[in-house]
Amino acid sequence: MIEGSAWRRWVFFRLPMGIFLIFLLFPFYWMIITTFRPDGELYIPWYRATYKPFWTWNPTTAHLKYLFGETTFAIWMWNTTFIAVVSTAISLFCGVLAGYALSRLNFKGAALLGTTIFVTYLVPQTLLFIPLSEIIRTYSLGDTPWSLILSYPTFLIPFCTWLMMGYFKSVPKELEECARIDGAARWQAMLYIVIPVAVPGILSAMIFAFTLSWNEFIYALVFLSSPEQKTVPVGVISELVRGDVFFWGPLMAGALFGSIPVAIAYSFFVEHYVSGVTGSVKG
Amino acid sequence: MSSVQIRDVRKSFGTFEVLHGVSIPIEDGEFVVLVGPSGCGKSTLLRMLAGLENITSGTISIGDRVVNNVQPKERDIAMVFQNYALYPHMTVADNMGFSLKLRGARQEEISSRVNRAAEILALTPLLERYPRQLSGGQRQRVAMGRAIVRDPQVFLFDEPLSNLDAKLRVAMRTEIKELHQRLKTTTVYVTHDQIEAMTMADKIVVMHDGIVEQMGTPLELYDKPDNQFVAGFIGSPAMNFLKGKLKVNGAATFEGPNGIKLPLKTVPGNSDGRPVVYGVRPEHFTIADDGAEAEIVVVEPTGSETQVFAKLGGEQVVAVFRERHQFSPGDKVRLRPDPTLVHLFDETTGKRMNA
Ligand SMILES: Nc1ncnc2c1ncn2[C@@H]1O[C@H](COP(=O)(O)OP(=O)(O)OP(=O)(O)O)[C@@H](O)[C@H]1O
Ligand SMILES: [Mg+2]
Repeated sequence: MIEGSAWRRWVFFRLPMGIFLIFLLFPFYWMIITTFRPDGELYIPWYRATYKPFWTWNPTTAHLKYLFGETTFAIWMWNTTFIAVVSTAISLFCGVLAGYALSRLNFKGAALLGTTIFVTYLVPQTLLFIPLSEIIRTYSLGDTPWSLILSYPTFLIPFCTWLMMGYFKSVPKELEECARIDGAARWQAMLYIVIPVAVPGILSAMIFAFTLSWNEFIYALVFLSSPEQKTVPVGVISELVRGDVFFWGPLMAGALFGSIPVAIAYSFFVEHYVSGVTGSVKG
Repeated sequence: MSSVQIRDVRKSFGTFEVLHGVSIPIEDGEFVVLVGPSGCGKSTLLRMLAGLENITSGTISIGDRVVNNVQPKERDIAMVFQNYALYPHMTVADNMGFSLKLRGARQEEISSRVNRAAEILALTPLLERYPRQLSGGQRQRVAMGRAIVRDPQVFLFDEPLSNLDAKLRVAMRTEIKELHQRLKTTTVYVTHDQIEAMTMADKIVVMHDGIVEQMGTPLELYDKPDNQFVAGFIGSPAMNFLKGKLKVNGAATFEGPNGIKLPLKTVPGNSDGRPVVYGVRPEHFTIADDGAEAEIVVVEPTGSETQVFAKLGGEQVVAVFRERHQFSPGDKVRLRPDPTLVHLFDETTGKRMNA
């Protein structure tokens, strides 16, 4: 918090904060307003006197009806949720264990392995999908959710591992040593002490992994073809943009509903996440 | 409770040897304090006792069992860490009960033992708090509580008081000592504070650069330090050292810097002219007419006694007097060490020369 008189607080804190907020929230506002604006208003040219881009007096649910009635949006939502949850769970499980091993078990080459894992995260997806699609075809996984559930961990596991490695390093090693003297085997010390203390780190890895797989586009575009298998980002783009015709209303409604689960996930965990950043350890 | 035997233990980190063959016998129920300057390997030795570091060579046994290859959890020891290492996500009660829970004790047994330990350490009102809600001294007590609920064979302490303020440190010192008298558990206590060592130990082990310089009771170490290092390390203010030569013709004397002459009672035979270090504890100086002349530099009264810094033969020495002399800086006084209480060390090896 900025100290000092009221005007200082306004100039150095509230005003910049406000501008920042408007900048960040404007796309959401635009999404919401477009979702409820009737088509008639949406396509008015900007030079008409009746052009009022920021508000509407005739809200309509037509776009929502279209989205849920005429497209398989609900199925896309379900697909996306299923894929994101399962691939996040797999990646988190592997990432937590690998991160622990790399940061705590002082085996030969641990540091090198850690760096290598991070480097694999840097390989661009646009390159990786070529060999991956070969694998997907060989195992006949194309056009099923499993094609994504198994390919997302290729970038999520390195990401989670790397994040957890850093977090585990910040947990004092005395805690674990003390647990082992107290009678815990290595896995018990990990399970009862290190992992609970690392919960904020795990939650942030989870939120990021979930968001990354929720928003993932390239693999979903390449590996899925039938409309009822698609995820939200791909479905919305491929079914609501026909040639050069944009169905702006349903498109924005899809974007809005597509971002809600992520927003809920964030707000649900943000408290833990923040309390994790403000250290819980140091005796 | 158990005896502990440390036999010729060495420890290397890579090619760097930190402990060069340390042997310490510890009797059942003994309170042993390891002291030494920073980096001399005290923590390393303690961690080897706990099983947290492996032993490069030598053996450590607890009771009759050699524990070199025994996991920490099988050693039945408890350790209090310098930063306490309280589990931040558990309440005080859960912290203290964790080891019992791991052993599969019943819930009633856990709570009765936790309550008993909490009573001993005056932690009862804090049992439901989390570590972050405690003061430094309270955390320290929880760490001790966690050790005592287990009733282990051996307690290990690694500088448990160094994070506390001076007053609390003195109070906790007494508390730990009392606890030991009550529980009589074999204890190894690491500190670099020689006052803690003197006040608490049954046996002090002075370590320096990975070797044991001397071990013995506090007063043995104080009265008869084996070498110059121990002499300088134990005691506060530290012992004064003056370099010079022995003169044996006639009455034995020590000839110090700038020709000052200091008395000696006996000297080892055949040592005329030998270069030595002459050591006097500050409280073994008296003001006497036949003393060596010294010029007072600073006077520091503490109430019960007065510390006087003075130049003796050009070297700064410190003397402590219980009597209230009226000194002021610049005064000339005659200081006489008590010849029966002086220490002589070989100048090159630092070994004690007089009996
Ligand atoms: N894991 C390690 N790897 C390499 N060297 C180490 C390691 N742990 C300790 N050392 C070295 O071993 C020596 C002894 O360290 P130790 O921690 O035992 O000292 P200490 O006597 O406890 O000192 P202090 O009073 O400062 O705690 C030091 O020189 C230290 O640098
Ligand atoms: Mg240490």
